[in-house]
Amino acid sequence: MRALFLAFALLVAAPLAGHAQTNPQVSGTPTSPTPMMPPVADELEVLKALQGGRVAGRISIPDERAASLIQPGGRSWREFHNVTLAWVGGVAVLGMLALLAVFRLTKGRIPVEGGLAGRTIQRFNTLERANHWMVASTFIILALSGLNLTFGRHVLLPVIGPEAFTAISQWGKYAHNFLAFPFTLGIVLMLLLWAKDNIPNGRDITWLKQGGGLVGHGHPDSDRFNAGQKGIFWITVLGGAAVAVTGYMLVFPFFFTDIAGMQLSHIIHSIVSVLMIAVMLAHIYIGTLGMEGASDAMTTGQVDLNWAKQHHNLWAARELAKGRGAAAPADAKAAGAD
Amino acid sequence: MARMKFLLDAERCIECNACVTACKNEHEVPWGINRRRVVTINDGKPGERSISMACMHCTDAPCAAVCPVSCFYTTADAVVLHDKDLCIGCGYCFYACPFGAPQYPRVGNFGSRGKMDKCTYCAGGPQADNTEAEYIQYGSNRLAEGSLPLCAEMCSTKALLAGDGAVIAQIYRERVQKRGYGSGAWGWRTAYRETVAI
Repeated sequence: MRALFLAFALLVAAPLAGHAQTNPQVSGTPTSPTPMMPPVADELEVLKALQGGRVAGRISIPDERAASLIQPGGRSWREFHNVTLAWVGGVAVLGMLALLAVFRLTKGRIPVEGGLAGRTIQRFNTLERANHWMVASTFIILALSGLNLTFGRHVLLPVIGPEAFTAISQWGKYAHNFLAFPFTLGIVLMLLLWAKDNIPNGRDITWLKQGGGLVGHGHPDSDRFNAGQKGIFWITVLGGAAVAVTGYMLVFPFFFTDIAGMQLSHIIHSIVSVLMIAVMLAHIYIGTLGMEGASDAMTTGQVDLNWAKQHHNLWAARELAKGRGAAAPADAKAAGAD
Repeated sequence: MARMKFLLDAERCIECNACVTACKNEHEVPWGINRRRVVTINDGKPGERSISMACMHCTDAPCAAVCPVSCFYTTADAVVLHDKDLCIGCGYCFYACPFGAPQYPRVGNFGSRGKMDKCTYCAGGPQADNTEAEYIQYGSNRLAEGSLPLCAEMCSTKALLAGDGAVIAQIYRERVQKRGYGSGAWGWRTAYRETVAI
């Protein structure tokens, strides 16, 4: 009876003991491959058991990344980079350009109703404009050097040849890496300067319903920024934050994450980037070609009063009221006093 | 022309790292770069095997497919090589490579990793064969001399085979048939979309 009990206990304990023996982490063993490596040596069985996970083991050299033997994730990343990203980026950028061209041809330039007043009002101060152009100029270089990494090989390389293309791509890479810093700083400043005027409210829903801005004909009430501009602002700030975070992961390779994390960082970085480029093309269009009087806001900072009343009536009214309520300078003389 | 491949018979590899040392010495590979390495899977457990891995010189190579500057090319012997004068060190080939073959002289520092380095199948690079310029950039060019990669040549147990794919597959097939077991030609399905049918 006792022997039987002992045999039973051993039988129960054996798999547990076996489990305990195989489980402890040997120091230096990478913990990343999930699910666990199966206790077989056959390549096909291992790959099947890991279901697309990484085959990893122990390595006697200090480079931890070298312990990864086969990473099937590379195939998915290749598919993303060569197919998905090329399509999404191509359709987003070229599609937006085509859309804007159609828009320009059918609708033309949005005029200032009633013509220019001749009197101007301050819309953006020097700090706001300087910061806008720091973000804008770095964004353009980041966008072009980024697009070059995905499309340059097919578009530019056949035209200018491998040596010149490598030189451009090399400088583009340096520019991309270093201009990331002023771009990030500018995004942070933008958030601090403009967040208070970009908080969504009920008026934005009305504005969208009435089709303000580019699409509709009505002139829904709008404060300093309308719903469309608020959209641009949050796309810039949140999208900018996403590309900044993932970009720093890529700029400091393997410092924060492993190979799967690097691939994911690149996927997020590139998809958010191409979508932002498409949105910014629309932003550039309406700020310059698409609307009369709009570009003044970011060049001189002084917009025409009629433009302000047409597009930002609530803001314009508030600014004018501020002016009326302000105390006159000490040396100001009443009209007709001299 | 031959279709050059590597084949690792994991039943024979004893993790002596002679292939790694031979490679390092032959090409004077700098510190921190390992064109070839030995990974031990299931270390200390049932199913423990050591596998020597380098660039497998894939069919339809992923590195070449994703390279933004298109610096890779395939030789007549189906060896995948790259031009270091064109490489911008972006690191994309490392993300795509299933075997972790691409190596970079530096880590991080705003991604300025330097020109990528990897196993050349002892076939040098785009420079003229066995010139000093080729040696400095890519190491020796044994293939041009009619020799096979030194890692496989020096393998004491002949676990690592290099040569024409059909020939080394036949050697492996005969071994498996004689012993009655084998753990597969590691990396072949991933690199060449085929396995060695026994």
